[in-house]
Amino acid sequence: MHLSETVSSGFFFLAPWLVFAPVVGLLINLIFSKRFKFSENTIGAVASAASGAAFIVSILLAYSISANHGEMARWRLAEWIHIGALNIDWTFRVDSLSATMALIVSGVGTLIHIYAIGYMREDVRFKHGEERYARFFIYLNLFIAMMMILVSGDSYMMLFVGWEGVGLCSFLLIGFWFEMDTLGRPSWANSNAGNKAFITNRVGDFGFLIAGFLTFWYLGSFQFDQVFAAAPAIAASAPWVIVAITLFMLVGVAGKSAQIPLYVWLPDAMAGPTPVSALIHAATMVTAGVYLVTRSAPLFTLVPQAQYIVAMVGAVTALFAATIAVGQYDIKKVLAYSTISQLGFMVAAVGSGAYVAGMFHLMTHAFFKALLFLSAGSVILGMERGHHHLAHHKPSSPTLPPKGEGSSLSSRERAKVREKTNHSEEVFDPGDMRNMGGLRKTMPVTFWLYIFGTLALMGIFPFAGFWSKDEILLDASLHYPGVYWLLTIAAFFTAFYMGRQIWMVFFGEARTEVAAHAQESPKVMTVPLMALAALSLLGGAFNLPFDGFHNLGHWLSYTIGEAEALPLNLTVAGISTLLALAAIFISWLIYGRNPLKAGQIDPLKRPLGFVFTGMENKWFVDEIYFALIINPFKRISQFLADVIDWRFWHDFVHETVIAGAYNWISKIALNRYADQQGINAFGNWLGDATQWASANLRKIQNGFVRSYALSVMLGVVVILGYLIFK
Amino acid sequence: MEFLLQPLTFLTFFPLLGALVILFMNAEWKNAIRWVALITSLLTFGISLWVLSQFNASNPNLQLEAKYAWITVAGWNIYYYLAVDGLSVLIVLLTAFLTPLSILSTWTAVEDRVKDFMIFFLLLEVGMLGVFLAQDLFLFYIFWEFTLVPMYFLIGLWGGPNRVYAAVKFFLYTMAGSILMLIAILFLGIKTGTFNVPDMLAALPALYASGVIDPRTQMWLFIAFAAAFAIKVPMWPLHSWLPDAHVEAPTAGSVILAGVLLKMGTYGFLRFNMQLFPNATVAAAPWIALLATIGIIYGAAVSYAQTDVKKLVAYSSVSHLGFVMLGLFALNPEGVAGAILQMVNHGLSTGALFLLIGMIYEQTHTREMKVYGGLWKITPIFGTIMLIASLSSMGLPGLNGFVGEFTILLGAFGSKAIGNPWFAGVSAIGVIMAAVYILYMFQKMFLGPAGEITQHHQLKDLNWREIATVAPLIICMFWIGLYPAPFFNILAPAVEKILSALPL
Amino acid sequence: MVPVNDYVALSAVLFTIGALGVLIRRNPLIVFMSVELMLNAANLAFVAFSSVFQTFNGQIFVFFVIAVAAAEVAVGLALLVEIFKSKKNINIDDLNSLKG
Repeated sequence: MHLSETVSSGFFFLAPWLVFAPVVGLLINLIFSKRFKFSENTIGAVASAASGAAFIVSILLAYSISANHGEMARWRLAEWIHIGALNIDWTFRVDSLSATMALIVSGVGTLIHIYAIGYMREDVRFKHGEERYARFFIYLNLFIAMMMILVSGDSYMMLFVGWEGVGLCSFLLIGFWFEMDTLGRPSWANSNAGNKAFITNRVGDFGFLIAGFLTFWYLGSFQFDQVFAAAPAIAASAPWVIVAITLFMLVGVAGKSAQIPLYVWLPDAMAGPTPVSALIHAATMVTAGVYLVTRSAPLFTLVPQAQYIVAMVGAVTALFAATIAVGQYDIKKVLAYSTISQLGFMVAAVGSGAYVAGMFHLMTHAFFKALLFLSAGSVILGMERGHHHLAHHKPSSPTLPPKGEGSSLSSRERAKVREKTNHSEEVFDPGDMRNMGGLRKTMPVTFWLYIFGTLALMGIFPFAGFWSKDEILLDASLHYPGVYWLLTIAAFFTAFYMGRQIWMVFFGEARTEVAAHAQESPKVMTVPLMALAALSLLGGAFNLPFDGFHNLGHWLSYTIGEAEALPLNLTVAGISTLLALAAIFISWLIYGRNPLKAGQIDPLKRPLGFVFTGMENKWFVDEIYFALIINPFKRISQFLADVIDWRFWHDFVHETVIAGAYNWISKIALNRYADQQGINAFGNWLGDATQWASANLRKIQNGFVRSYALSVMLGVVVILGYLIFK
Repeated sequence: MEFLLQPLTFLTFFPLLGALVILFMNAEWKNAIRWVALITSLLTFGISLWVLSQFNASNPNLQLEAKYAWITVAGWNIYYYLAVDGLSVLIVLLTAFLTPLSILSTWTAVEDRVKDFMIFFLLLEVGMLGVFLAQDLFLFYIFWEFTLVPMYFLIGLWGGPNRVYAAVKFFLYTMAGSILMLIAILFLGIKTGTFNVPDMLAALPALYASGVIDPRTQMWLFIAFAAAFAIKVPMWPLHSWLPDAHVEAPTAGSVILAGVLLKMGTYGFLRFNMQLFPNATVAAAPWIALLATIGIIYGAAVSYAQTDVKKLVAYSSVSHLGFVMLGLFALNPEGVAGAILQMVNHGLSTGALFLLIGMIYEQTHTREMKVYGGLWKITPIFGTIMLIASLSSMGLPGLNGFVGEFTILLGAFGSKAIGNPWFAGVSAIGVIMAAVYILYMFQKMFLGPAGEITQHHQLKDLNWREIATVAPLIICMFWIGLYPAPFFNILAPAVEKILSALPL
Repeated sequence: MVPVNDYVALSAVLFTIGALGVLIRRNPLIVFMSVELMLNAANLAFVAFSSVFQTFNGQIFVFFVIAVAAAEVAVGLALLVEIFKSKKNINIDDLNSLKG
């Protein structure tokens, strides 16, 4: 670990521009896009350029690090919170780990920005929200900025700023079409999904905060190096502290990286536009947890108990989510659960101490999962185009266009269509795999891109996923056999559900007219995908398990220390490859040999029975959470608000008891009894006595001043006499 | 003349000048009256900035003193004594900052008896500034009680349908607590022979040491002061007046009530309880922390169940002020400085929320959340500003709320006075719950499909005046969130000083 | 040097004359003059004792008394004028409307 404060050479002074570049982009779009009526291309170009600038800065920073032989650098921008013992600055940390993350985030991010130029152009038209085009790119740029703060912060608290900031962006983008559901119908669904994501993440943030407080009070700082320097001594004297810190951190990781038990928000997050799913909910934001564990490696390494728990959580999540993915019909939902599962792989890896493997998988996963999501987006848009095409050319099509769509239809005609179709069909879902089939013919480019991503995800040699997944499995097998087996089974399921998806979407015959009329996507969308496809194929080269090719491991060792570079283990690689091939074969037997017919139920449903029902319904976890946490919370807060606070405290205690008692005392007790019967009676007697006395005494008062003066004089004489003769 | 030109005297009584001018204006000249009130309050803000420029942040003591013997017969050393230090200067600024914004928000909202409204408003500002500047208990008490009167009329004359009830409840509730404080003030004044706080502070240690005021008595005095302040804060369970007052008060009244009047309570704890009764403060810290924690959770839970948006924000104040109390009684620099900053933050974010709710209320005349929905689609600027204010209120890093809440929780977590981290741990759950109710509110009003009101009203987005009203608040939210150093620099010396006097 | 007793005696005589005048005379103007006489008797005593004890207190009081007396006469005469205007008569024996 290098603690040098300043490095003379290099581009380290550019570090703040990781954040400033996207911020400038978003400000330009925010302030000028309306005023100067930017075209959609301009807006997209500005945003992409901003993200691209961040990518260039990342490259320059990475170059500077390698030019300085891995020397890390800090760049202090401004002070933030300085009070008492607390000293937090806006300090950027440039080391090999943050540079890696910055490269992934801005690189994949830029590609997705470009893709989104094309995607959003169509999406805003399908959803009739053209004025929101700029807003989308503003959010994306904000996301890049926040992500950069997350990965380049030099303290846990600056990391936390990005951590919550990306959560905000995720909330905004999931609820981007906040007034509808994913099918464009007026609904609370999308905004619910956004809230769910934010609140679940806040639960994780709670864990992060507590971990932070413990860190500060026991290790004395938030700054990474100071924390790590103080940790060994504490670990020797009070190991529970480090265990507590790491486990609370795990809560944060579970929230952000969608691990059990907080993963539930991620599938719902698919409500966001597809580029968002790719960028935020697959490639970058959700990997923040993995980054956090890697960054905190010196802490986790001190406490093997905690490491085991982390690895176990990851492994169980990997398997659990993989089983759910098998039972999903929505093309993006499958990918969402796949993402959770793959994140489980990464968390298991970093939990096993295999930080390089975790980061490696994080990188390759960013490539191929972004590719898969964007291709899925391309599929969905292709379906929408087909749908649009039908709506225009066949007004009597058996499917009802989403609300507001098909402007050629008058409202009366639309009503007729609805009447005609109400009984048979609901709103058409372009993301439902049961509506697809045979798309390889209508969307060939997308098909091949999808195949690349799928093979990488399945871990087939020589795609990127093969190398990274294998490294994880190998590490796990050396440390925790239980984790290893869970992950291996998860890998089998991975290959199976991806096979199922490929067969269902691209092979067989079109199950709906829409699928038959699906159209390929434009170049602005497919070209970035090709870049990602190339990376999915070749990404393994970043860290091949052969001597001299552990590039990533060597690179990261600047930051997290030298790790044992494992050679390729043919047993582990062989088992996983065989299982993957077997899974593909089985999926072919079930879904490929006899393609699904329109309206046919899933062929797995009958043989698996209730197990499949469980998979279809995500093992009822949402329902369980509702029953155990959300509904009780609602009921308790309702009870507190209505019964305790209002009826008891506000109405009963204050109105009845206090105000009532005061009224009783003043009106009844004092007024009637004390006043009228006590004081009043006395007063009346006093009045009578006074009247009698005055009637007699008034005679003295004759009105002559002289006689008064005489009385005074006599009084004086009497007093003087008393004083003299006493 | 020299008396009036003291910076603080000038600051405190400048609004009175405007009130006098308005007094001699024709009640029909509504716009002219509004302009006079606005300009007066803006000038007051300018004066407060001038005071800030005269203020030496590195000096932890009272500064810019204006001190005159006032009633000095028979051993009653009562002074006219205004001064400012790091503990109060930010809140003074906040007061002077929020008043013009509130006045700006009434431009179209108050049409009825504008003249009286503005006079009361400016008088209220005099009272509030006086409370934060007075360094003599007697003078403080006068200002303290004085603020009740204009607020009583603001709620009672310009409030909602149930305004008289709310106004009376507000008045009596606060008054009840103040009486106890008055008794304690008299007791202290007699025992120490002075009402002037610095002199009193010099005299008290000897009285404590010699047992003239034994620890029991000290605790009772603490409780008597605390009664007045806790009602004002309001600490759970003394919050019952708050929802009534907030719901019935006109927008500008709510802003000032939440933004400044509640801070009078927390400021009182800080300035008087902690300084005058050091032993009792340390002894009471865990109990106050307990009440604060309950308040945080309780306020957040109750907020979530509200259907009236103003009530929701009102209850959220119970939760937020719980954080402030927790921070104050952490009795370490992180907690106390965070709490003072959080007073400012709460004024900014809750003030902004009330202003924004008032703006939409002006158009729709309903505060039921369920009839809104989908507002962001029709009023994008309004939605965006509301989002920022909401995020600030729920403590998103990068905005002001986080800096305060984080330092408070951090301080409370490691506080020696509170003694265990559980209160902070449980309070941190309040951060989750804040997200729950704030997002719920935002969703029900701004997201989702268009609700009844949204469909049937021709709702307009914010106009320039309304943007000008909230923009300063939004700017400050970012400023404090991203670069709070100037604020902490002002707070740190004074906080260190006040803490060094405590027997920790 | 005149002994202080003489002053006191003169003062007592003057005071008695004044007091009797107030009690006996019917003309308010005379009554006022008698009151003045009493006040000046007191003044004489003050000044005498002031010179004996060599302090200024007595003399200061004298100034007060003179001022008060002047004010009192002013008010009294104004009242008399008003009474005369309304009753055309200022005989003290007729002024008994404050009778109980």
